[in-house]
Amino acid sequence: MNKKKLLLSCLKWAFVGLALLLLYAPILLLAVYSFDKTDMIGKFEGFSLVHYAALFSDSKVLGMIGNTLLLALAAAVLSTLLGTTGALGMFYCKKRIKSAIHVVSQIPVINAEIVTALALCVTFVALGIPKSYFSLLIGHMVICTPFVVLSVMPKLKQMDNSLYEAALDLGASPFKALMKVVLPQIIPGVISGFMLAITLSLDDYIVTMYTRPAGFETISTYVYNATTKGNAHTAATLSSFWALTTIIFVIIVLFVVVSNLTGKKRKEADR
Amino acid sequence: MKFPRFTRKTLCIPYAVFLIFFVIVPMLVILFYAFTDDEMHVSFENFIKFFSDPTKLSTIVYSLVIALVTTVVCLVIAYPVAYILARSKLKKKFVILMLFVLPMWINFVLRVNALREIFNLLSRSPALEWLADANYFKTVFGMVFDFLPFMILPLYTTITKIDNSLYEASADLGGSALTTFSRVTLPLSMPGIMSGVTMVFLPSMTNYVVSDMLGNAKVTIIGKFIYDYFGNDWHMGSMIALVLLVVVFLSTWLSGGFTSEENVRGANL
Repeated sequence: MNKKKLLLSCLKWAFVGLALLLLYAPILLLAVYSFDKTDMIGKFEGFSLVHYAALFSDSKVLGMIGNTLLLALAAAVLSTLLGTTGALGMFYCKKRIKSAIHVVSQIPVINAEIVTALALCVTFVALGIPKSYFSLLIGHMVICTPFVVLSVMPKLKQMDNSLYEAALDLGASPFKALMKVVLPQIIPGVISGFMLAITLSLDDYIVTMYTRPAGFETISTYVYNATTKGNAHTAATLSSFWALTTIIFVIIVLFVVVSNLTGKKRKEADR
Repeated sequence: MKFPRFTRKTLCIPYAVFLIFFVIVPMLVILFYAFTDDEMHVSFENFIKFFSDPTKLSTIVYSLVIALVTTVVCLVIAYPVAYILARSKLKKKFVILMLFVLPMWINFVLRVNALREIFNLLSRSPALEWLADANYFKTVFGMVFDFLPFMILPLYTTITKIDNSLYEASADLGGSALTTFSRVTLPLSMPGIMSGVTMVFLPSMTNYVVSDMLGNAKVTIIGKFIYDYFGNDWHMGSMIALVLLVVVFLSTWLSGGFTSEENVRGANL
């Protein structure tokens, strides 16, 4: 009986392990070959940092990395502001207005990204707004803000409403009561909304493609064009993408490990 | 004129204005373009052309099949994983869940590129030569690889929420493990399955980046179609987008997606 149980749990975790392997094998293999001398994958000919050197000496590649990060940060900050105020306002509105805003806010969430992107692009042209950094930022905000609203809303629902009223009774202005009483209670939702917005913006290709100004490249548009259209200096660039993937992967792993450790410390301090 | 007094409700005005300008207006513009011709006259020509063109209809069917296969494969992998993680007593299970979400933070174009390189490598060995032309297989594999986390997350959250005493009650009343699963776990995890399915099905019908990079541009899905038309015929492109929009809304409405606020992709992480 006990043996059977052990076997079952082995099988279970083997399945989980296999699923993880599916997700990680391509990235890890690429990471190994990013340290190879040649830009042929499959034959390891000797350790070298040549792809990393190529990555960091290509000003075009560095520029697009900067573009991507800056755009994600700007879009996330603006979306978090807009989404948090929006969620707060919606929460206190009459039910009919609230559900109307909610349904419209769901549209970019459920809609196919290509439809959102195409609709925005056509609208910008129809209204005579030139493709610029502004239109790109708006595009990213359209896909990010609804997710901020969705992560702030549950926190508002869990909140004890009488605290706000108590603050008003004790003489706080509505604005002050919001900042000092309501905001601290919803801050976890705001933070997770911000993180989600950054993730979505970094991961985006389609909306960027349709709303970006001419010549503006992010990591995703650059890699896509280099791999499918075959640009001039492709071979060298393609192998520097292996290095880029590896670097991003390492940063993410470090981030998770660090946040895990600090999280544990915080929990221990709470005790 | 007196400036209106600040109330909590006023806070939603910026967001409401934003939604009107950048969500509602674009949908109307699409609607307008879909039913007009180049001289901006009202025309149903695109509508008729769309539904009488066999290549367009077959592309839609083809995309539906790819999306269906991707969704089923994702579900078959994700459900056991979510179930095992949610029911395990491991203290560190959150770390394992994080491992499944982590790849999402690498831009998906880079991730799909990694997969492409690996496929190229594999197809050079004689035993796996068939991979070079297995465009359909590679596309579906890439989509599963890309969208699996979207399926695992909502499933995990709904299964964790199931009250443990329900399993005990089912066992006490003589239910076998299988009965407990089919009569208790499965029905109660239905909301998670629904949101996971919508999170995977739609992108795999429209995300042409995956099919382009892995399918040697031989696999055409509906998203690619919109992209192609957008180059020369906005009216037809808008019509295809509109059809897609209607499909999305009908399916969301039918599954009751508009009413539930939770379980949307990662919103509860």
